[in-house]
Amino acid sequence: MARKTPEINSSSQADIAFLLLCFFLMTTSMDVDYGITRRLPPPVEQNDDEVKVKERNVMNVMVNKSDKLLVNSRPCDISMLKDIAKDFMTPHPGVETAPEVETKHFDLLGDVLMSKGVISLQNDRGTSYAMYISVQNELARAFNELKDDLAMKVFHKHLDQLTEEQTKAINEAVPVRVSEAEPVEYSNH
Amino acid sequence: MAKFRKEGKKEVPQVSTSSLPDIVYMLIFFFMITTTMRDVELKVKSALPKASEIQKLEHKALVCSIYIGPPRDTKLGTESRIQLDDAFARPADIADWIQKERDSRNEADRPLLTTALKVHKDTRMGIVTDVKQELRKVGAFRINYTTLKGSVLEN
Repeated sequence: MARKTPEINSSSQADIAFLLLCFFLMTTSMDVDYGITRRLPPPVEQNDDEVKVKERNVMNVMVNKSDKLLVNSRPCDISMLKDIAKDFMTPHPGVETAPEVETKHFDLLGDVLMSKGVISLQNDRGTSYAMYISVQNELARAFNELKDDLAMKVFHKHLDQLTEEQTKAINEAVPVRVSEAEPVEYSNH
Repeated sequence: MAKFRKEGKKEVPQVSTSSLPDIVYMLIFFFMITTTMRDVELKVKSALPKASEIQKLEHKALVCSIYIGPPRDTKLGTESRIQLDDAFARPADIADWIQKERDSRNEADRPLLTTALKVHKDTRMGIVTDVKQELRKVGAFRINYTTLKGSVLEN
């Protein structure tokens, strides 16, 4: 008379699986990276055919080796940089000292006043990376606020609530005009 | 034949298959965790600066990372070094490395390759500029300054 093998109780299997799952969920570091995305310009072949930009259209931002900021030859604090950059890039029609403006037509936005301003960023080899990122971030923030303002004006919505097409149009109307100067060494260290 | 057949039920009870999904789940999780988690062993210190205007770095397969920072091994000094894959490198090595990274990817993906610069915040810009110049030379224009979320005033 063979004994009937008792069936293994499998009701706790699921619990064990969940325990394992929880363990791995807690321990794995799915570190998603965040960062400031930029596009490098292609290398320049010749230095002699420099693009001439009118002085009123350029805002010079310089960072020296002791992380001091100079905006248009005037010392400036990092906390003020965003507002200065935003004010510079906001079109001021009819103001002689402000950058030139032009009106461009966009299908989704209608006629938009665009500034011809360019922000030129120059840093020393001795500048710290943290300072460089701070400056890049503040300039990006200025442009993002301009984009947001335009989105509010045209669509009455914040930038992150727009559709893909609308965002694309806004990005075209407010191009991020930050140009990094070719590296030069100012200080000998 | 009939005399071999016993009147009692002798057949083995059926193996319960109700736990099969759980086992499969466990296997799935195991593979999920072990396959994608190949990370380099850091030879340089990594303390990223903070920034607020940041984007998520999507498509991890299209990202290759360059680490720059002071070496962990204090015997090597405090001057920032470049780390490519698992070894220290010079700026001149970047061109070959980018080529290698490109070759290991799909033809269609190659133009989308992004170089993530994971730079220690105390690094001087000189070495970062050198790296950027090398990247420009080989046409790796898409870069990302990897940062942490936060305010720049904390930098």
